[in-house]
Order: sequence, then structure tokens, then C-alpha cells
Amino acid sequence: MNIAEQTGRRRLAVGREAGDRRRVWPWPRVTLAALAAVACAAPFLLTPYRVFQLTMILVYGIALLGLNLVVGQSGQISLGHGAFLAVGAYTSAVATGPLGLPYPVVLPLSALLSFGLGLALGLPALRLRGAYLAVVTLAIAVVVPPVIKRFGAVTGGSMGLSASVPSAPPWSGLADDQWLYLLVLAVAAAALAAARNLLASRSGRALAAIRENPAAAEVLGVRIAAHRTLVFAWSAMYAGVAGTLYAWVVGFVSPDSFTVTLSIVLLAAAVVGGPDSPAGPLLGAVFLTFVPAAAQGAGDAAPGLVAGLVIVIVVCAAPAGLAGLLRMAAGAVARRLGRE
Amino acid sequence: MRGTGAQAARRTRARALAAAAALALVLPLGGCRLAGQDGVVRTGPCAGQQSTGITRDAVKVGGVYPLSGPASAYGAIAAGVRAYFGYVNAGGGVDGRRIEFVVRDDGYQPARAVEEVRRLVELDEVFAVFQTVGTPSTAAVRDYAARRRVPQVFVATGASRWGTDTAHPWTIGYQPSYVAEARVYAQHLKETAPQATVAVLYQNDDFGRDLRDGFADAVRDSGVRIVAEQSYEVTDPGVQGQLANLASSGADVLLSVTTPKFAAQAFAVDAAVTSWNPVHIVNSVAVSPAVMASVEAGKIREIVSAVYQKNAADPEWADDPAVGAYRESLLRYAPEADPASQQAMFGWTAAQAFVKALQRMECPTREGLRAAVHRLDEVPVDTLLPGITLSTGPGDGFPIESMMLARFEEGRWTSFGEVVDTRAVFGPVRTASAG
Amino acid sequence: MADLLLQVVQGLSLGAVYAGLALALVLVHRFTGIVNFAQGELAMLSTYVAWQLLDAGMPFWAAFPVTLAVSVAGGMLVERLVIRRVEGGGELTLVAVTVGLLIFVNAAAGLVWSFAVRSFPNPFPTALGFGSAQSGFSALGVLGVVAVVMLALHVLFRHTGAGLVMRAVVADPVSARLAGIRVGRVLGLGWGLAAGVGAVAGVLVAPLLFLEPNMMGGVLVYALAAAVLGGFRDPVVTVAAGLGLGVAATLAGTYVEFVGADLKVAVPLLVIVTALLLPRRAAETAGQR
Repeated sequence: MNIAEQTGRRRLAVGREAGDRRRVWPWPRVTLAALAAVACAAPFLLTPYRVFQLTMILVYGIALLGLNLVVGQSGQISLGHGAFLAVGAYTSAVATGPLGLPYPVVLPLSALLSFGLGLALGLPALRLRGAYLAVVTLAIAVVVPPVIKRFGAVTGGSMGLSASVPSAPPWSGLADDQWLYLLVLAVAAAALAAARNLLASRSGRALAAIRENPAAAEVLGVRIAAHRTLVFAWSAMYAGVAGTLYAWVVGFVSPDSFTVTLSIVLLAAAVVGGPDSPAGPLLGAVFLTFVPAAAQGAGDAAPGLVAGLVIVIVVCAAPAGLAGLLRMAAGAVARRLGRE
Repeated sequence: MRGTGAQAARRTRARALAAAAALALVLPLGGCRLAGQDGVVRTGPCAGQQSTGITRDAVKVGGVYPLSGPASAYGAIAAGVRAYFGYVNAGGGVDGRRIEFVVRDDGYQPARAVEEVRRLVELDEVFAVFQTVGTPSTAAVRDYAARRRVPQVFVATGASRWGTDTAHPWTIGYQPSYVAEARVYAQHLKETAPQATVAVLYQNDDFGRDLRDGFADAVRDSGVRIVAEQSYEVTDPGVQGQLANLASSGADVLLSVTTPKFAAQAFAVDAAVTSWNPVHIVNSVAVSPAVMASVEAGKIREIVSAVYQKNAADPEWADDPAVGAYRESLLRYAPEADPASQQAMFGWTAAQAFVKALQRMECPTREGLRAAVHRLDEVPVDTLLPGITLSTGPGDGFPIESMMLARFEEGRWTSFGEVVDTRAVFGPVRTASAG
Repeated sequence: MADLLLQVVQGLSLGAVYAGLALALVLVHRFTGIVNFAQGELAMLSTYVAWQLLDAGMPFWAAFPVTLAVSVAGGMLVERLVIRRVEGGGELTLVAVTVGLLIFVNAAAGLVWSFAVRSFPNPFPTALGFGSAQSGFSALGVLGVVAVVMLALHVLFRHTGAGLVMRAVVADPVSARLAGIRVGRVLGLGWGLAAGVGAVAGVLVAPLLFLEPNMMGGVLVYALAAAVLGGFRDPVVTVAAGLGLGVAATLAGTYVEFVGADLKVAVPLLVIVTALLLPRRAAETAGQR
């Protein structure tokens, strides 16, 4: 129990936090269909650079979707998801490079690998909560680059590995970046669907119960440890898949790509986007991709300043993240439209 | 609860259907897009070559530097480059072309380097990428540069692979490779202390390993022996433990293959341990005014490094017109930079080399620049040390391969001996050393 | 044997630094239940303040108390401006806010003082000439200061009126508030004290590691490990753990072949995981708060 809660200075639970599941936006299907159409049309309307940027947003979005499973659904904190990204990326680079496996095989392979690793590393989740899990995962993130360098025979060591980029099949008539974008978009859609299914399942309801009241959940027969470990593994799998796509998009992996900074920034993006919302990962990824680049015009140190400031302000002023703000805005618009 | 699940599933199906429909609609459009085309020369001897980013009176150049993050000390390179381009533009530009220099920040992360370079090439439509910093970022970008056929010239990293790699003809190095630098130290030891024992402290990354391997190669079959080695990670707080270990070897020479912070720590420990007094060789990357200011004079036997460019802080060059122009322009165009910084001087000198390459283009095209940087014939640069010039040729992608030794005495560096041309002494760098 | 001694001495001097930062982490956690990931960066900021004062010509032992005062005030300010707004939020909110602070402070320091390495004067003489252990004097000085800080905290908690008030707040905030204690002010004081201890750690570490904005990045993991071993509550165990970690990592880097210098950083990870998984005590304190 937090001290501040006992002293009575507790923020009132409102909106989704208080269990409000009313629909704020009356046209979800139309909006989703429009979004899907825009997403599919984008690569044909935009310059290659913008397509690349969108692809990166989707890749980060998949990673954040996984992180949200741990952070938003299970109420735990991971400062080490960069490690799973590294696993996925290196699996892809090694499997398609030296081992010569075809692309379609690589994705499930790295998903499987990172799932297994997440299951193994998720064991701490059996016993740890909150900040303690954060400390352990932070330490994992710190150890990853030296470990990659240690096994240089496989990983290329500190020099990194070139990962081959999937090229568009000739029958499609697409440019490579368009093909890659559509590929990543398809994976992202599948990932989103899978996450929603997971949350709507028995397991998802168990997680919600654990998050809201662990003691009550346990009394009702929910096996807390098993569920937490499993969700950690699922989350690791998402990060691993994102890592594989990352290797395809960037075309190069090196230990410096997966430093502790990446893990920290991922968590920050999850919180800024909104950890408990389907729109959160996408907004977090947009934050991750655009804010540092946009802030750079203001000066050399500005990206860090702005990113840090945005995180603090969002957490202080809008605990539900950008997605929460979007929801509020959508609600306001819908009400106004409804009144007319 | 069941209802929500079924609803979610239905929604998902609807979305999948919509996505498939949209995809089916747009697929026939494949390949075509509403984006601009790259510039191509249509007539004359240069027909068919790319002229994006270059016009009769301007040329647009992009650079990606670590302005934030762990390696941000190298951000000062950008200041030196900016100052030189400002200086050139004030003098009428290169062959009448003003240089427009766009700087982006990659935070020393390879993924961001790729993103920023794509931004430079595809959005800003630069003519060439003049400088990526660090081996990871450069290695990450060069595949893209080769695919897009954009020159990635004079990258700020001494890894030996840029010069020997034929698969990436659009990427070329600049500074003396780490292997070349290691050879200079090896040569010095072979001549002055043929039976020396050496302890090596190196950073566990491409740079540290390249230099260490180069050194081990160069002293093979000689009386100089490596008796102890310790590595450290950039993320380590300190190298005190490593130094204690090396001290126990009692070696005659300490080769410190480090970046500035760790070099300063190594100096401090060397000064504090009075029972071990090796000759302290520090690689040129680590030498910065702040690091050398921290050295306690008299407590370290001898400090040696290798140099190839003029040092603005050195009274020897106080009246040198080239260094004078550097100081003045830096003050005008990049006042935030410290003129004594090696990095700013590095940027200035490299920018000068780049301008010389631009002047030597036969065609004002990307292909022309690529040919020009591979055809440098003892081109002088006035802020390089006398006797050191830029030379490249077919199969030789190392513009600078000569260095001089310098000793740190009475608070400043004094060069000594002759210019060592490592190519003449050791032959060409054959292959990139193992990473 | 002399080699081993030298290794141990170097390990201790690093360990004292870990212990100092870990003490600050423990302080904040005891008062506010927050694991402050920005503690290292705040300490780095304090060290820059000290450096600025020294650079202006102030003698070391005059600059030191001024730095402490500025840091305590700064810590209280951060608590008042930022932390108080998120108190009562979940663990996630708290961790995220300190991570945001970490990124912000690091960039701000880079903006003001640039990322160039700066040397920092050592308040203790470095060499005495006793063979290989001479650099131990500096380590002893650092150790001594950390011990003094630890004792001072102990005395403050146990034997002063202010300490009694603090303990009351920690033990039962609601009753403390009902008894007329300004709980918010005490929490602010906790952050201020922690920032002060962090400043001490920073000033002590700067001559050893050299001053730059990323100076504390590598220290944080070790300090967190030490704090975990101390259960985030016991200052004495925390200090001992910090010292032990410094020595263990140094020795493992030298004598355990598989670890080597490159995997030294895995030592704190192993320690954290072992400490949290084997004895249930620490894990329980984490889970039952």
C-alpha cells in the first residue's frame, strides 16, 4: 500500500480506470475500415522515406503492443524489452544470413525462440512485483550487448551483422519498401487481432482480475504466477517478432542497436502512448519516431530534453497517456455531433 | 463476458476483410507512386548519371552525427565541418556552388542512422552523405548507400573494412585506419625498445579490437611481446580493476586503446600506482584537451600518441595561416565549439578533403564524386601535418595512411621522428581484421 | 598477493561509490516507496554544480557544503514539482516519471556543460608510496565519507526529533497526519536528503571516473543491486553490499575466466536475481508493500 494512498491524497478513479467501458465513439467500424484503407493506400501515395517511417512506426507499435500486455494488462514493469528485440533481430539476421533459411520460416522461428526465452526469464515474474521486476529487467537489458559481443562467432561480435532485406516478389509489381511495409502491416494487424483475442479469453479476464485485486483473484482460484509468467512470455514473443521485422527494415543488427537506452525508451513510449488502450502502442510508436526527430531542429540536446519533459508531463497530467487524451477528445466530438 | 469476446472476434474479422478488400483494390497500382523522380543528367558525356542535390550554383550535403547519447563528444565534428563549409561559402563556394549542409542526429544508434540517412537522401534529396560517425552507424548505412547508389564519403571511423570492401564502392573512409595507427606504434617500439613487453587495455568493440589486432599482427615475429590484455565495455563505470590487473604484469609499455573518459581514468591510475611506470601509449581517438589537462605531470614516465593533423592548441602552429583561418571561422560559424578540440579540427580537415574531392569531379554527379574520391593523388590539405597527403587508388580506399609520433611534454604535444608511411613499411592493409 | 591487494583496493573504491548511490536509493524508497531511477543523474547534476563552484575558484571544502545545500534544495524541489503530483499512482506511473527525469536531466546537463570529459580534483591525496596499495588512500577517504554519511543517517533517524517525525510518517502516514505532522514536508525532506547523499557520492566518484553527463549510467545497475540486497531499507547492509559488489565484480573480471572483463556487468544481475529468488524475505518486502 502506498503511503500517499493512506494519507488520502489519492486521485479519484475515473473513466476506464473506474471500469467505465461505455463506448465513446459511435462509429468504430467505419473508422477502423477507413484507417485500414488509409494504411493500405499509404505506400502508394507517399515518398519512400515516409513509407519507411511508417514501417518503423508499425515495428515499434508491435513491440509496444507486447510491452502493453505486461505493463497495461498485468500491471508489471519491464525495463528490458530491448533484450527480446535483440533476440528476434539476431535470430533473423543469423537465420537468413549464415544459415540461409527463407523469410517465411524466420518469423515463427524467432517468435518461438523469444517466447521460450520470455517463459524462462518470466520466472522472476512469479515472485517479483513492480519496481523489483523493473530492476531485474533493467539489469538484463544492460547485460545483453556484452553477451552478444561474447558470442562473436555467431553474432558477428561488435561489428554487427548485415541482415538481408526481403525483396518484393516479381508478381506483385511492388517496390521493395512498399512490399516490406505491407508485410509489416499484415503482421501488425495479426498481432493486434491476437492481442485482442488473448485479452478477451479466459486468460485475459484472469489477468484483469489479478491486476485489480490479486488476493480476490487468488481466492477465486486464479493461478497468479502461471498467468503472469505466460503473459510475460507472450509479450516477449511480440518483442521478438518486432525485432525480426526491425532487422528486415533496417538491414543491419549490432549490439549498439539494443542498448539499455532502447529498453528505457520503449517503456517510456508505452506509458506516453497509454498502457491500457488499443490505440496506445501506435501513439507511443509515433512519439518514439517523430518527437526526437522533430525536436532536433531546436538544438543538439533538445531531443532528450523534449522526450524527458513529455514523459513527465504526460504521466503527471494525463495518466492514461495520449490514448486517454484521444479518447477524451473523441468523446467530446461524438457528444457534440450527437447533440446536433 | 462472452458477448465481448464474440464482439471482439467479429470486429477483428470485419477488419481483416476490410484490409483484404483495400489491398485487393490497391495492388494493381503496384509500383507506381505519386513521388518525385531522381535527377538524371540527360545529355553530354555524363548522360545517365545521377545529379540529385547538385545544381549549377548549389550542392546539398548531409551528415549524420551523434549529437546526443553516449558518443555525443563526437558531435563537435559537425561544428568543424559547418565552420569549413561556411568559410568556403563566404569565399564564393566550390566552383561557384554554395554548399548547403544538413546535419541530423543518430544518437550513435545504427537504426536511427539508417533512418536519418534515408531522410537525408529521400526527403532532403542530398547529393552525398558526407560523414556518418562510428563503425556501427556506418556499417548500418553502407548497404543502403550501395543500393541507392549514393556516395557515403569520408566516414569518421578508422575501421579498416571501409578501405578493403569491394562490395560497397559507394562508401569510403578518411582517417588513418586503426590498423595503420597500430602499425605506427609497433614500428616505434620495434625501433626504440625491441624487447619490450606490452600490456594492452582496449575497448571491447570494433574500434578497440581492430587496433589491438592490428598491433598484434604488426609485432608478430619481433621481440616486442604482448604480455597482458584487458578489455572494458563502454557501459562500465570505470577501468580501475583492469588497470590493477595490467599493473601486475609489470609490462614496459601500456597501450591504451580507449575513448576519452577511459583514457583519463587510465592516466589517473597509472599516475597513482608508483610501483609500475610503463611508457604510456594512448591512441589518437582518446586525446582531447580535457583528458590531457587531467594528466598529472611527472607521475607518468612518458606519454606517446600518433598524430596526422595540426593541433590548434599547439604553440608550434600558433602563427600558421591554415590554423588561423580555422580558429577564426570556428568562432564565426560554430562559436559553441572549442577550437582546441581535436574533433572540431577533424571535421574542418575532413570537410576540406571533401571540398577537394568535389573540385576534382569530372562530372558534377554522384558517379563523378565516387570516381573522384577513389582517384586522389597526393592531394594536400593545409591542416594536415606537413608531409601527409590524401592518396587513394583502385583497391586502396584509405585516403590517409601516414602518421607521426608525438610525445606529451610540459603540457603539450610535440611531434618527433619522421612521418611514418605505413603502406611503405608494412604494405597495404590486406583484409579487415576479424570483428 | 600484492596483485590481489591492488585488485581489492580498486574494487573497494568503486564499491564505495556504488554504496553511496545505493544509500540515496534506499532513502528515497524508505520515504516515498519509489525506486528512483533518476538518482544517478541527480547525483551527476550535483557534481556539475560542485565543478562549477570549483571552476569559479572556490576551495574544495567550501564548495562541498554549498553543493550539498543546493542538492538538498533541488531534491525537495523535484519532489514538490513532480513527484507529489504522481504520488498515489501505480508503480508504473512512478517508474515512468523517474525514467522521464533521467532522460531529461541527462540531456539538460549535456546542454549546459557539453558532453566533454572533465577532470575533477581529488580531495584526498592519491599516492603515499606504500608499494601497490598506495592508491588505497583515496579509497579509504571515500570509504570514510560513506561511513560518516551512513552513521549520520542512523543518528538522524534514531536520536533526533526530526528523525522521530520521519519514522512516524514512514510507519503510519495517516496517524502521523492526524497528529499534526506535515506529511508532505517530510516526504520532501526525504527526497532532499537523498539528493544530498547522492551529491556526496557524485563528488566522491568524480575524481575517479571523471565528470561527464553519462558518468552515473554504469553505476546505477550496481547501486540498484546493492539496494536490493539491503532490501531497500537497511543502510548498513546496503553499504556492505555495495562494497562487496565492487570487490566481487573486480575479482570476477580478473580471476574467473568465463566472466572476464567484458561480462563483469553480469555480476550485479546475478546478485539481484539470486537475492530476490532464493531467500523469500526481500521478495516479500517487495510484494507486500
